[in-house]
Amino acid sequence: MKAVKVLGSGCANCKATARLIEQVAADRGVSVVVEKVEKMEDIARFNVMATPGVVIDGVVVHSGGIPARSKVEGWF
Amino acid sequence: MLFLAAATTLWFVLYLALAPLADTAVAALPVEGGSRLAESLRFFLYDTPKVLLLLAGVVMLMGMVNSWFTPERTRALLARRGEGVGNVLAALLGIVTPFCSCSAVPLFIGFVRAGVPLGNTFSFLISAPMVNEVALALLLGMFGVRVAGLYLGLGLAIAIVSGWVIGRLKMEGSLEDWVREMPHADATVGHDTLTLADRIDVGFASVREIVGKVWPYILAGIAVGAAIHGYVPEALMARFMGRDVWWAVPLSVLLGVPMYANAAGIIPVVEALLAKGAALGTVLAFMMSVIALSLPEMIILRKVLKPRLIAAFVGVVATGILVVGYVFNAVL
Repeated sequence: MKAVKVLGSGCANCKATARLIEQVAADRGVSVVVEKVEKMEDIARFNVMATPGVVIDGVVVHSGGIPARSKVEGWF
Repeated sequence: MLFLAAATTLWFVLYLALAPLADTAVAALPVEGGSRLAESLRFFLYDTPKVLLLLAGVVMLMGMVNSWFTPERTRALLARRGEGVGNVLAALLGIVTPFCSCSAVPLFIGFVRAGVPLGNTFSFLISAPMVNEVALALLLGMFGVRVAGLYLGLGLAIAIVSGWVIGRLKMEGSLEDWVREMPHADATVGHDTLTLADRIDVGFASVREIVGKVWPYILAGIAVGAAIHGYVPEALMARFMGRDVWWAVPLSVLLGVPMYANAAGIIPVVEALLAKGAALGTVLAFMMSVIALSLPEMIILRKVLKPRLIAAFVGVVATGILVVGYVFNAVL
């Protein structure tokens, strides 16, 4: 079980990122819990400067724009 | 590398071939040569691919440059600078760092936490949306080098001076308390592992994303331009937005604040205003105000700034735009 956090203020790119992650994880048969972090204070604590950002098990793995599918596949 | 050279050559060949192609296309259509309709058609058929091609070229180039200037790298460059030189550098980096207004707050906090002075952070935040590659490419394609160059120079000047003034005002106390209480963050840069091929991919991705998003606005803008080109008499707007109307500049800035559009969306309006005889300074002031001062962005920034600081930000930037509008109208 991987805990994934998508950091972003709720913009279209953030939603697309969350969907992409859920989809790739499902394709790979990895069980994930995707949580959207939308509060600015919480986003800032991760020291991420461009949204959407992605945090997996507490580590920032991506920031700025929708990640490429190949990149997401590399996480699972 | 070879691929880049080939792509660049192809781009130039296409660009040069546009005018004769448009002529041929118009000649082949069943409209009377030299008529108003033919004029309008030629304008549309020539300008549309020209502007799209310019936009694709500039966005491709900037996409590749952007892949180097990540927000983290820009922050590291700015964290070591004081005011003055730092304002200039921040405004310049605002052009080349990828920026989306939805990231304005995390970026702002990231800069402040790493010790980038407040005024320099503002220079960046003003320049990033206002002086961007889409605005420049469109101005270049539709109004020529002079207008694009003036917009670039004056936009940078406003970002530099406004940021410096905000820095002088010493308003660090007007950041929201939770922002000030954030622990210091080191401005570290991860190792950059992108190859040239990766950067080309990034460039193409941004062309797909940006050109895919803005082309309807460009078509609308050029269609407006083409219609005006053939039919509408000039000087219709001159009475309201002409050079002699002193209140036109402040009114344009005021009108621009509640309006929110990206650079592409505002272009049709700019095209229409200019073609009908509005003064260039007034129109550029309007465009800058729409892009750089927007209510939605202020509402976003309100999460980290107290109202006093937002008011100072709006006041300083609006003054800068006003000065630019007047100077422009007086000089040209």
